[in-house]
Amino acid sequence: MFDPGKVLPGLVIFLILLTFPFWYGKGRTAPPALPVDTPEIQKLSVKKCIEPTPFMKASHMELLNKWRDAVVRDGNHLYANHEGKKFSMSLSQTCLGCHSNKEKFCDACHNYSGVKPNCWSCHVVPQEGRT
Amino acid sequence: MNFSRRVLLKIAGITLIGAGVRPALEALGAGESPKTLASPNRLAGKRWAMAIHTQKCPAGCRECIDACHREHNVPDFGNPKDEVKWIWNEPFKDVFPGQEHRYIDERLKEKPVLVLCNHCDNPPCVRVCPTQATFKRQEDGIVMMDYHRCIGCRFCIAGCPYGARSMNFRDPRPFIKKINFQFPTRTKGVVEKCNFCEERLARGLMPACVEACKEKALVFGDLENPASDIRKLLQAQLTLRRRPELGTKPQVYYII
Amino acid sequence: MLEKALIGDRKYWTWVGFLILLIGMGGFYYLRQLDYGLGITGMSRNVSWALYIAQFTFLVGVAASAVMLVLPYYLHNYKAFGKITILGEFLAVASVFMCVTFIIVDLGQPARAFNMILYPSPSSILFWDMIVLSGYLLLNVAIGWTVLASEKKSIPPPKWVKPLIYLSIPWAISIHTVTAFIYAGLPGRSFWLTAVMAPRFLGSAFASGPALLILLCFILRKFTRFDAGKEAIQALAKIVTYALIASIFFVLMEIFTVFYSQVPEHMQHFQYLFVGLHGHYALVPWMWAAVILAAIALMLLINPRTRQNEVLLAVACAAVFASLWIEKGLGLVVTGFIPSPLEKITEYYPTGPEVAITVGVWALGLLILTVLYKIAIEVKVEIEE
Repeated sequence: MFDPGKVLPGLVIFLILLTFPFWYGKGRTAPPALPVDTPEIQKLSVKKCIEPTPFMKASHMELLNKWRDAVVRDGNHLYANHEGKKFSMSLSQTCLGCHSNKEKFCDACHNYSGVKPNCWSCHVVPQEGRT
Repeated sequence: MNFSRRVLLKIAGITLIGAGVRPALEALGAGESPKTLASPNRLAGKRWAMAIHTQKCPAGCRECIDACHREHNVPDFGNPKDEVKWIWNEPFKDVFPGQEHRYIDERLKEKPVLVLCNHCDNPPCVRVCPTQATFKRQEDGIVMMDYHRCIGCRFCIAGCPYGARSMNFRDPRPFIKKINFQFPTRTKGVVEKCNFCEERLARGLMPACVEACKEKALVFGDLENPASDIRKLLQAQLTLRRRPELGTKPQVYYII
Repeated sequence: MLEKALIGDRKYWTWVGFLILLIGMGGFYYLRQLDYGLGITGMSRNVSWALYIAQFTFLVGVAASAVMLVLPYYLHNYKAFGKITILGEFLAVASVFMCVTFIIVDLGQPARAFNMILYPSPSSILFWDMIVLSGYLLLNVAIGWTVLASEKKSIPPPKWVKPLIYLSIPWAISIHTVTAFIYAGLPGRSFWLTAVMAPRFLGSAFASGPALLILLCFILRKFTRFDAGKEAIQALAKIVTYALIASIFFVLMEIFTVFYSQVPEHMQHFQYLFVGLHGHYALVPWMWAAVILAAIALMLLINPRTRQNEVLLAVACAAVFASLWIEKGLGLVVTGFIPSPLEKITEYYPTGPEVAITVGVWALGLLILTVLYKIAIEVKVEIEE
C-alpha cells in the first residue's frame, strides 16, 4: 500500500505543520527585557534573588509549588536557600516585595510564552510601590 | 520492504523507554536541596483549642467576626444564598438544639453564641475529602484547607455536622470590602473555613478573633500544655461542646 | 459497528438533531456556569448539593439495574433475556456516563478533577465511587461491545468475556452501595445516617431501571423491527413489581423508626417532606405526587391482568420511573440539608441555567443510548435475517 506519490508529500506537510510553533515566530519577536530596577530592589544592599537567576528563570514555578506545599501542608513558613540565607515563603510578600513591577516583569514574560498561571486569582498583588 | 509492523512496534517501544531514561536518572540523582523550616518565633502547641465565655459577649458585638473576616479577606456577598463566613453568632437554641426547654429563660434561648469551625480531633470533613485538600495537621491538630487542591466537590460541607464551612459559589474578589494584602483571597469554586489563624500562630501572634475581643471572652491555647490557661479553665469548669455524641471530638468549648 | 449509527430514517435523525440541540444549549449554559461560578444554580450555603448530585444518585441506580438482566441470563440460563441483555448493558453505559458528567458539572474547580487520581484518598467514599463507576463503565463497554460483535459474526464470544460478565454482577451491586455510602456515613446528616440507605437505593434502582428498560423495549418495538418478546417484558415487569414493593417497604420502615422513636432530629426531615416544617413546604406536593404515582403503579403491577396489558404496563412503568425520580432525584439529596446543622431551613429551587445544563446532560446520555441501541438493533435484526 505504499504509494510514494501520496505518502512522501503527506509526510512532509505533516512535519511542517507539526513543527509550525517552533519555526513560525523565529526572529519576529524577541523575548522581553525584564526590568529589575524597582525601587525595592534598588534599596537592597546585596541585589540577589532567592536563588541564582538561571535557576529562577528555569524553575521558579517548581520552587513556588514547593513553597506552596511547605507553607500550606507542612506549616513551615521559612525557606533556607543554597547559601543558608532565610526568606519568608510568600509569593505576594517576598517575591512581589522586590519584583513589584508585576506587569513589566511577571506578565511580560508569561504573555510572551503564552502561559496563564492562575496564582493571581487568589494571591493578591501588593499595591505599594507598583510601577 | 522487509519490515513488518511487529518489528516497527518493537523499535518504537524501545525508543520510548530509552527516551525516559535521562529524566528518570535526573530525578533520582537530584542533589542536596535547600530546606524549608518552621518559623523560629512561632507559637508552638500540640493540640490547639478555644474556649468561649458566652456570658461575656455583649449584645450586638461583632469585634471578633469583623477582625477575622478583615484579616482573611472573607467576602461579603450581601445575600444568605452565597454567604461565606468563618465565624458568626447563632441563637443558643440552634447551637445546642435539645438543650433548650419550655422553662428556659427566653433571653437565653435567643442569646447569641459564637460559632466557628471546631477543629475536631476526629473530623468527618477530613475523612470524606477525595483529594486531602482538607487535612488535619498532626503537629498541632488544626484542620487545614489547601485551596490549591480543592476541587469544590463540597463533600466536606455535607460531612460537617456544624455548618462551619462555606463554598465560594461566585468569585469573591469584588465582594471584599478592603483587601488585606498580607493574606491571599480565595477563588470561586473552593470551600473555605476558619483556620485557627495558623499564619498568625506562625508569626507568634494569637488568632485575630482572640486578640480583637475587648471582653477577653475567647481563650485560645494548647490543651496538651498543663500550664495553659485553657487547660486550667477546662479543669475548673464544666463546658459544653456542640453535638459531642457524634464522636467528632470538637475542640471549641463553651462556657454558658 | 459504529457505522450502523450513521444510517437512519427521518425520525431517527430528527430525534438525534433534537438531542444535539439540547446538548448545545446545556453546553452554552455550562460555559456561563464556568464563568460565573456555581452560584448560577439554586444551591446555597445550606443546600450545597442539589439537582446535579441528585441526578447522579438516581442514574447510578439505573446503571446498576443492568444486573437484573445479566444475572438471570448468565447465571441461571433464563433464555428469554438473551435478546435484551445488550440493552441493559448499553443502558448502563449511557447511565454511568451521565453520572460522571453530572459530577464534573457539579464541581467548583473541574479542571482540578485529576487531583482525585494524583492524591488518592481511600478514606473518602468519593474516591471509591470514582473507581467503581469507571470500572463498571469499562466492564459494560467491553462486555456489550464484544458480545454484540461476536453475535454479528455468528461466533461464540471469546472466553475472557465470561469472567468479566460474572464480575459485573457484584460490581453492579457495589456501584450503588458505594453511592449510598456517600450519604450513609455522614454523622452530621440525620436524614441520611441510616443503615437502610444502601438497601433503599438498590430497591429503587431495581424498580426504576427495569421500568425504563420496559419502556425502551416498547419504544423500540414501535419504531424499529426489534421485538424484545412478551416473556422478557413480563419477566422484567415482575422484577419491577417486587423491587417497587421492597422500595415502598423500606420507606415505610424509615417512617416507623423516625415517628415511633419521636426523636426530633430524625422526624424533622420527614415532616418537611410530607407536611412541611415551620411554614416551609416546597417539596410537599412533589412527595405526595410520588406517593400517588407509586400507589397507582403498585396497583397496576400487582394485578397480573393489568400487568399483562401492555398499555397499562407502560403507564405503570412511567409512574414508577417518575415516582422514584422524585423520591431519589429530588427528595433524597435536598432534604438531607433541610434543616441545616444550625436548624435553619433554606429551601431550594433550581434555576434556569441549572435546568438547562441538567437537560443537556440527560440529552448527552440519551444520545449515547440512541447510538448504542441503534447499533445493537441493526446487528440483532441483521442476524435474525
